[in-house]
Amino acid sequence: MCTYLTEKVAVDGSGKGASGWFALSEATVYFDHPQHAAAEHTLNIDFRNPGQGPSARVAVELTAESARALAAAIESTLASAPPGLA
Amino acid sequence: MYDAMMAETINIAGHGGDRIEAYLARPLGPGPFGGVVVIHHMPGYDEGTKEITRKFAAHGYTAICPNLYTREAPGASPDDAAAAARALGGVPDERLVGDVLGAVTFLRAQLNSNGKAGTIGYCSGGRQSFLAACSLPLDAAVDCYGAFIVGTPPEGIALKVGPIVHLAKDLSCPLLGLFGEDDKHPSPDQVAELEKALAAAGKMFEFHSYEGAGHGFFSVDRPAYRPEAAKDGWQKIWDFYGRYLAN
Repeated sequence: MCTYLTEKVAVDGSGKGASGWFALSEATVYFDHPQHAAAEHTLNIDFRNPGQGPSARVAVELTAESARALAAAIESTLASAPPGLA
Repeated sequence: MYDAMMAETINIAGHGGDRIEAYLARPLGPGPFGGVVVIHHMPGYDEGTKEITRKFAAHGYTAICPNLYTREAPGASPDDAAAAARALGGVPDERLVGDVLGAVTFLRAQLNSNGKAGTIGYCSGGRQSFLAACSLPLDAAVDCYGAFIVGTPPEGIALKVGPIVHLAKDLSCPLLGLFGEDDKHPSPDQVAELEKALAAAGKMFEFHSYEGAGHGFFSVDRPAYRPEAAKDGWQKIWDFYGRYLAN
């Protein structure tokens, strides 16, 4: 299905795309058809910097299960960082 | 039968006279040929959609697929362009109608045109095919599993699409609808509601819903592909366009 569901968040950091590293300004998160992954629907994240054009993008397409595992890993990694660092 | 064809990227005048990219596939015979505007799905102006455009030319139609994301991402790869368009809220309805009008005008102006033009769209393009057929004078339209003709998308999403079933009274041509029974967007109930609205408005339409098929069953390079539904769906398209576009 075309879920159309799209969340957009401002992000601060860097990503490495087809032309090398660039500063990131936003991420769009959506659950929809992938371009490449072999699943009908995937959790897709586009890390972007629209100021540098549409090709300034790092894309991932994850199965729902692996996206949840990734989200949990991010949370637990941040939680276990030394106090005051994260 | 002489069956040579040609396919190439061109520019046409879209909404507001904007120069937009389009993929044109045309038979090289003398014609006259009917014209088809192929409206790409949300993942964009990609290889699969270009293949579909060429398929229409191989079947004797001049076909053109406008790149609806030209403005957001000129020259970008289709997936980057689709991501940029999604982040910006998608294609506004008014602009879509203007871009399809540009494509239809181009088709009807060809020397070997029979003067007829229709649309076909997949996924978000299915909704847009219906929208175009309710907004422009066309000869035939095909809606392949277009979501949100009926039904309101969840609140808080970035994309600006709303229901357009109320436009059924303005439908300018016969409509062929091809759907999957397992689809949730549009669900069988939503397809039934559209059918009811078209019948109430006295419009010509034919709908087919395929068992065991969901959204995107025509997509040969995706797990959603359902060969039986797709083969029968293509036959329905050839019959339908044969009646309303070919002669």
